[in-house]
Amino acid sequence: MTAAIEVRAVEKRFGNVGIIRDLNLSVAKGERHAIIGPNGAGKSTTFNLISGHIAPTSGEVKLNGDLISGLQPFEINRRGLSRSFQVTNVFARMTVWENVRCAVLWATGHRYAFWKNVDSLPEVRERTAQILDDIHLTHRRDVPAGLLTYAEQRELEIGITIASGATVVMLDEPTAGMSNAETERAVALIRRLTEGKTLVIVEHDMSVVFGLADRISVLVYGHIIASGTPEEIRRDPKVKEAYLGEEAH
Amino acid sequence: MTTAATSTTKVGADAAGGGLRFYGVWLIGIVVLIVLPMIFSSGGSLTSFSLIGIAIVFALSYNILLGQTGLLSFGHAVHYGLGGFAACHMMNAVVSHGWPIPLPFIPLFGGIGGLVFAMIIGWVMTKRAGTVFAMISLGIGELVASSSLILRSVFGGESGITTDRTALPKLLGWSFGPQLQVYYLIAFWLVLSAIAMYALTRTPLGRISNAVRDNPERVQFIGYDPHVVRYLAYCFAGFFAGVAGGLTAINFEIANSALLGAIQSGLVLFSTFIGGTAFFFGPILGAILVTYLQLGLTNLTTAWQLYFGIIFIGIVMYAPGGIAGLLMMHRPLIRAGTLWTVIPSYLVAIVPTIALACGVILTIETVARFSGGDAINLFGIAFNPTSPVTWIAAAVLVVGGAFVARLTWRRIAEAWDRAATVARDRGYLA
Ligand SMILES: Nc1ncnc2c1ncn2[C@@H]1O[C@H](COP(=O)(O)OP(=O)(O)O)[C@@H](O)[C@H]1O
Ligand SMILES: [Mg+2]
Repeated sequence: MTAAIEVRAVEKRFGNVGIIRDLNLSVAKGERHAIIGPNGAGKSTTFNLISGHIAPTSGEVKLNGDLISGLQPFEINRRGLSRSFQVTNVFARMTVWENVRCAVLWATGHRYAFWKNVDSLPEVRERTAQILDDIHLTHRRDVPAGLLTYAEQRELEIGITIASGATVVMLDEPTAGMSNAETERAVALIRRLTEGKTLVIVEHDMSVVFGLADRISVLVYGHIIASGTPEEIRRDPKVKEAYLGEEAH
Repeated sequence: MTTAATSTTKVGADAAGGGLRFYGVWLIGIVVLIVLPMIFSSGGSLTSFSLIGIAIVFALSYNILLGQTGLLSFGHAVHYGLGGFAACHMMNAVVSHGWPIPLPFIPLFGGIGGLVFAMIIGWVMTKRAGTVFAMISLGIGELVASSSLILRSVFGGESGITTDRTALPKLLGWSFGPQLQVYYLIAFWLVLSAIAMYALTRTPLGRISNAVRDNPERVQFIGYDPHVVRYLAYCFAGFFAGVAGGLTAINFEIANSALLGAIQSGLVLFSTFIGGTAFFFGPILGAILVTYLQLGLTNLTTAWQLYFGIIFIGIVMYAPGGIAGLLMMHRPLIRAGTLWTVIPSYLVAIVPTIALACGVILTIETVARFSGGDAINLFGIAFNPTSPVTWIAAAVLVVGGAFVARLTWRRIAEAWDRAATVARDRGYLA
């Protein structure tokens, strides 16, 4: 079976600084894959490379077997890959409802339509209401996204990401800055919403990572030093030395 | 007219009530347009109303860019002017070929003129937003304005292209010679354009334009190409600017290079911003106010552009939401019933604020008229611009007014904070 995401020999330099070096990563369809690694290792850059936010200096990225490196983010998104951002990245002046609805529009085939009333599209309305219900923000639907609490904005970020119904979902530190209770809630949400999908998640909380992931990749200085099941990663001496050791797990 | 923006997302009985209110606002607008010339029937009023109607269409078209899509254009009059030229050429062609096209259809050709040019230059222009777009729009504006003086066969050089609106086929016996008939033609196109532009904000493209305005980066990750969104918005803005230009051509029976120039582009930016870009009705208020000021002030003072500048700076600094923003700020207070707590502080502020304004006016007029000018007539009091008494009065009003006004403004801010906090606690955010 072709992998959902296949990253092969990707390099990324900013100026003459190599941030990503010989990156190889394979995520199977339906797998929950966590990427861990110290701050500045290049996890977000990896997300940017896969989602088309930045182009690799060399190497290739495949989505469901098709080459996507070099494509624009919206082209990659239309092929069924959706990502969230580590720093909340929503439409601040628009309401929660509008935020999610915008993310539903392309996937429901309405594209750039200027001859349809957006309020009388039943499938758009139902899907938006469903997503709001899923992310527990129905009671905040008419609030501008910029006025939400931090945790609510993080939930909206997830909502926008999954709204298109993409089959490959990438979440960059979705629980960063959340309290324990909020994290627990968010993880339950992620687990439920990505049922049957491919998930790539960057996460710092090791209990979340080991509880959620089918496979884990460890990224250090722009290179994946180990990739495997949680058990394999736990036992890997390189990982212990480079990463888990520091965290005293 | 923005009530619908929120009401449509609510459910059940609320939506029905909101819908009624929504159509009510539009109906009232139409009725006002119909009866206005019956109440104010002088030639001067008809001319003013006609100009205001055109200015509203133009400002609304500009807000498709500025307010809806976040594009700051310094060259929007290019489409307005080209629409005017297209309309003039079309009118002359209709007359010389004897085509059966009556005058009310002409603004459509103005729109097409604005649209075609937008389709040609828009793709390159909208590649980037922000400063790059602003700079290119400025360049295009200059380019087209200067070309219009060079390409004489199309633009008629300095004198422009003239036309005769009454030479077109009559419609229902209307020759469109009298200004009243022209006013109704403009009012008709105003209603049509305003409805179309409002409807545009309620389409998928309209919603995504807002998303591009707020966050063009994120839009790419929900499947949209912000470049295409900006391009389509630009084309719509170009079309409706062209309609406004066509109306101008009909109104004046001439199109010349002044229509395309930087002054027109600046004026529409000014009107839209002063009215408020965040609400659909903002540019309508701005166009009404600015056109009135322009017509009124040019008769009263030679320094009218100075007043425009001061108003613009004041709005940018103290009320970036424009008039519409100021009005809509009060909505949560009205809903929460706390508006009455701020009214007294407003009343207290009126007197010193007016004193300050009078001081500023007196100062400007003194400077403007110092070397040879008439006496300054302020509320029936004559001031001699060369007399020290006038200077002292101006200084006292400015300094004293500013001092006291600042105290009263602070009281407004405090009263506001209290009222807004209560409103928020009661759950009224907007
Ligand atoms: N656009 C950029 N230009 C230059 N350096 C960058 C850029 N983006 C990221 N970096 C650098 O790349 C490294 C990895 O960053 P990032 O991918 O955000 O790490 P992580 O998400 O693992 O914490 C950091 O040193 C960061 O400063
Ligand atoms: Mg990161």
